[in-house]
Amino acid sequence: MEKRKFNIKSNKVTAKNTYCLELTALEPGYKFSGEFVDIELEGFYLRRPISVCDAWEGGITLLYKVVGDGTRALSRMPSGSVLDVLTGLGNGFDAAACRKSALLVGGGLGAAPLYRFCKELCSKGREVTVILGFNSADEIVLEKEFRALTDKVSVSTADGSAGVKGFVTDAVRLLAPQYDYYYTCGPLVMMKALHTMLEGSGEYSLEERMGCGAGFCYGCSCQTLTGTKRICKDGPVFKKEELLW
Amino acid sequence: MVKDLSVNLCGVQLRNPVVPASGTFGFGVELSDIMDLNVLGGISLKGTTREARYGNPLPRIAECTAGMINSVGLQNPGIDVLVGEKVPALRKIFGGAVIANISGFSLEEYTECCSKAAACDGVDIVEVNVSCPNVHNGGMAFGTQASSAAGVTSAVRKVCNKPLFIKLSPNVTDIVEIARACEDAGADGITLVNTMLGMRIDIRRRQPVIANRMGGFSGRAIFPVALRMVYQVAHACRIPVMGCGGVADAEGVVEMMMAGATAVQVGAENLRNPMVCPEIVERLPHLMDELGIDTLKSIIGTV
Repeated sequence: MEKRKFNIKSNKVTAKNTYCLELTALEPGYKFSGEFVDIELEGFYLRRPISVCDAWEGGITLLYKVVGDGTRALSRMPSGSVLDVLTGLGNGFDAAACRKSALLVGGGLGAAPLYRFCKELCSKGREVTVILGFNSADEIVLEKEFRALTDKVSVSTADGSAGVKGFVTDAVRLLAPQYDYYYTCGPLVMMKALHTMLEGSGEYSLEERMGCGAGFCYGCSCQTLTGTKRICKDGPVFKKEELLW
Repeated sequence: MVKDLSVNLCGVQLRNPVVPASGTFGFGVELSDIMDLNVLGGISLKGTTREARYGNPLPRIAECTAGMINSVGLQNPGIDVLVGEKVPALRKIFGGAVIANISGFSLEEYTECCSKAAACDGVDIVEVNVSCPNVHNGGMAFGTQASSAAGVTSAVRKVCNKPLFIKLSPNVTDIVEIARACEDAGADGITLVNTMLGMRIDIRRRQPVIANRMGGFSGRAIFPVALRMVYQVAHACRIPVMGCGGVADAEGVVEMMMAGATAVQVGAENLRNPMVCPEIVERLPHLMDELGIDTLKSIIGTV
């Protein structure tokens, strides 16, 4: 964990109620794909934990949805504003768990933490299949970006306004992708359904209301088969074998 | 002139009065990657019970205006892990006062845990939580009546040869009566206050935000209430008080001390800003300079 000041480079709408936030800092303190940051917002007591979507020399990109007053306030912050950020939080995905081919399944903004990880897997020569699910066409994010990394990208929408009509589970059935390890992030109901239907092993990125975001308040602890784990510190990524649903 | 920030808590010398409060700083070691813990006067460790506890179901956290509600529910690894692993690990990197915070569901549990905590070399002070509002049939029952708070105090006093602080709940009618009862029963000091019982409802889901419905409200919003109780108790009792509740800056530390606190605990603010305690310690000498204070302990209870 590091506490850093970041500058807002840009903060733009990228889909319905969804913003793309580019932050710059001399040393972003970013380490692993799948990490998150915790952002202080003036006028709000607790920080807002948000997954890192992408990282580059001197900055990070986040995607967030306006779901309440805090994220609404964040969406109104102009370029050039300074944010106080706890960075380098959480454990991230384990690329080494995949030997040859990976399946990434993202639901809604669950696509965000998978993006940087997809880049990482592709750069290591892994074959990657990406399945993304959204409620409707106007909520789709990162489709173009994922397609630039791999040919095997499928998008589904619950209302059928784009791609496969239905949920990611329908797309998985339709595509029958080949993989030796899978990685997923999205709504809990989606991940529970995948847990039942996907063969083999994989990793799940969880979210929860957090207090400190850094492992010392025990506000987001969950019970696992390997003991009590803090989602913010021991996670947010957990292996299939650990999870109790 | 060099400022003297030191305070003395029942014979335990603290280099300054700033102590992260129980439950907001883990077992100390968790924060060692971003700060030098040794700038702190002491650390009050996460509340510990006889057996390991998972605590309450998720979600356990709700945001409020100028504060938050938690219902962690005393998640902890149990007293044997505290004295066998957590305290020794902290002691390797921390020379300040180590305060073991103990909770229990029965007098037997309190006495067993306090006796183990007091026997642990690395522990300087034992702080007994009789006020956690999260656990059904738990600490709340002991801390809300003078007779039962005194009962816990006298029971643990018999097995505790180290400075014994009783941490009180603010959810009571007469805090002074309870504090006096603890003093009469042998407490060496009083920590106040723990969290206030609170609640939030998600109006879209039409359900409480936290799974346990109610929880402990803490943060800046409770500062005036905590300060008032510190003032009342410090002026009514002869034993020292550790002030706690909504302290967020060096000004809050000074205010608590003027109200009568000998040391000051910082709680929920650690969750907003994990660096707040070292920032307060750094700011204190400058604030003392502005206020014309050379020796911090000279302001204790001056209002």
